[in-house]
Amino acid sequence: MSVPLVEMRDISIAFGGIKAVDGVSVDLHAGEVVALLGHNGAGKSTLIKILSGAYPADAGEIRVRGAAARIASPRDAKTYGIETIYQTLALADNVDAAANVFLGREIVTRWGTLDDAAMESQTRQVMARLNPHFRRFKEPVRALSGGQRQSVAIARAIYFDAKILIMDEPTAALGPAETKQVGELVLELKRQGIGIFLISHDIHDVFDLADRVSVMKNGRLVGTARVEDVTKDEVLGMIILGKCPPGAVPGPGASADA
Amino acid sequence: MTRQLRALEIDPRLVGMLGALAAIWIGFDLLSGGAFLTPRNLWNLSVQTASIAVMACGMVLIIVTRNIDLSVGAVLGFVGMLVGVLQARLLPELLGLEHPATWLIAVAAAIVAGGAIGLFQGALIAYLGIPSFIVTLGGLLVWRGAAWWVTQGQTVAPMDGAFRKLGGGIEGAIGAPLSWAIAAVGCAAILAALWFARQRKLRFGFAVRPAWAEATVALLSCGAVVGAVAVANAYYLPPRVAERLAQAQGLAIPEGGLFIGHGLAVPVLVAIGVGLAMTVLAMRTRFGRYVFAIGGNPEAAELSGVNTRRTLMKVFGLMGVLCGIAACISTARLNAATNAAGTLDELYVIAAAVIGGTSLAGGLGTIAGAMLGALVMQSLQSGMVLLGVDAPMQNIVVGLVLVFAVWVDTVYRRGIR
Repeated sequence: MSVPLVEMRDISIAFGGIKAVDGVSVDLHAGEVVALLGHNGAGKSTLIKILSGAYPADAGEIRVRGAAARIASPRDAKTYGIETIYQTLALADNVDAAANVFLGREIVTRWGTLDDAAMESQTRQVMARLNPHFRRFKEPVRALSGGQRQSVAIARAIYFDAKILIMDEPTAALGPAETKQVGELVLELKRQGIGIFLISHDIHDVFDLADRVSVMKNGRLVGTARVEDVTKDEVLGMIILGKCPPGAVPGPGASADA
Repeated sequence: MTRQLRALEIDPRLVGMLGALAAIWIGFDLLSGGAFLTPRNLWNLSVQTASIAVMACGMVLIIVTRNIDLSVGAVLGFVGMLVGVLQARLLPELLGLEHPATWLIAVAAAIVAGGAIGLFQGALIAYLGIPSFIVTLGGLLVWRGAAWWVTQGQTVAPMDGAFRKLGGGIEGAIGAPLSWAIAAVGCAAILAALWFARQRKLRFGFAVRPAWAEATVALLSCGAVVGAVAVANAYYLPPRVAERLAQAQGLAIPEGGLFIGHGLAVPVLVAIGVGLAMTVLAMRTRFGRYVFAIGGNPEAAELSGVNTRRTLMKVFGLMGVLCGIAACISTARLNAATNAAGTLDELYVIAAAVIGGTSLAGGLGTIAGAMLGALVMQSLQSGMVLLGVDAPMQNIVVGLVLVFAVWVDTVYRRGIR
């Protein structure tokens, strides 16, 4: 098999003595969708925040295209082409869509001042692809609907040539139509060769989109499986009981009596 | 009507504030029998507003980041004492009395000292995570105490002649011809800015204002500039001073007396310059964008790769620099440095920012609004002085107006949501 796009090996992090993530290893290939599943509090979001630079890992190694990567801040992660769409969307509510898309990476004129017209123009182009009905470019994103806000967050992640995309509960706040739209987008990005981590506590959201699933429980990896090799019920068993089925590769968190 | 206003793309809140200001001015003018809307009173009003207006520009950014600075009045007092001692005691010994560089050194020292104090307080807030309310409350006591320590409470006077111009007064006004020149430059700049903004939008194919709206905005802006200068120029020097000037230049005094206009006051020009610079900083630079993003959602700013701590420290540093400038203005105006200078200024500055539409919840506020807020506060105060309202009553009215203004703003904001 090819060199993984990104590889997280034996990652651990503790907050005040509680091991939120304990020796977890996951990997992701180009053009692949890996679903990261687990209950609320299983450590999925924490693991992924280590990859996106929000938290520094206590132990473990991150490799991007086979080479060791040093990710100490969100800025570092972005230089590796790692973009994240957070569950909370992480939008500044008081500024408009373009300001959010370019936050931290503004286009400036030759005098070093913000080039708002250029940023709006670029935002219009990327939004035309994502959400052709989006028109409210002048308003603060506070005024937008859940789906529109989601589009802004996605636009921010894909505009800058993401190679690795992390989507944390991307459909949690969306209606059925918008959920379907996000699903189509995931498949489209996958076709473009982007590797995607999909994080969810709900297996039904992601089973049809994912190539593989990795399941976490209590901060540890229960196991990883190709979706063809396991049933939904078996994955549910991994999530709830930590029981690793025969079709999956067990991790350190798999329960002993399996 | 609403559609026309929208076509003008003028902030309705700004229109509301201008309306309130007009109401206050006309009200006081009627009550005082025409004593308020005179060139003399308006000129003095502009000078009195300058120091608070300068500091309010910085306070906007601080409040936008969801912080507060209670120490600005005390920092003003301390820095004022420093520049007072520097130019009344230290520099005369080193350079000689009234040395041409004295005022420059004094202003530079005020900016450096204010900036250093601001950065230090900002570092405590941003990197040690101490709430800004506490750091600057401590700062209020510390710097007010420090202001006393500089000279053990003695008042320092007089200031350097060139430095005194920063405070306004007869020698601190630039005269009518120069004021007209500034008005011309200002109008040219407004027209150029409107033109370039329009060209830029057209190049990207965005909607622009209709021609009539563009012309109205240009006319209103230039009209305001010309009007302000005309008022400043209509405030004539006292006859005795005018005569002395004429004699010095060997001019004959015409029949019916000599009318020489004051022109714009230096501190007002400083305040306008600071306001323009701060507006550019807030609206057109990355730093300003980050300040607002932090106010809207600190976590989002952090996750977007913005160095939120450094930005926050810089905001407080900037506030300190503005306190230094304000210290120069008020020390020069008083022609003395006292350890009580700037007492309660923190409250006026915060009130000016809040009346000017800055939201204490963060993320919202404009420099122009805050400067207008400062003008509203000062108008109330000087109007009541004109009417002979005694000091306790003045405070009561200002306090009530502050609460009322914020309530109106809250109702307005709920309305647009």
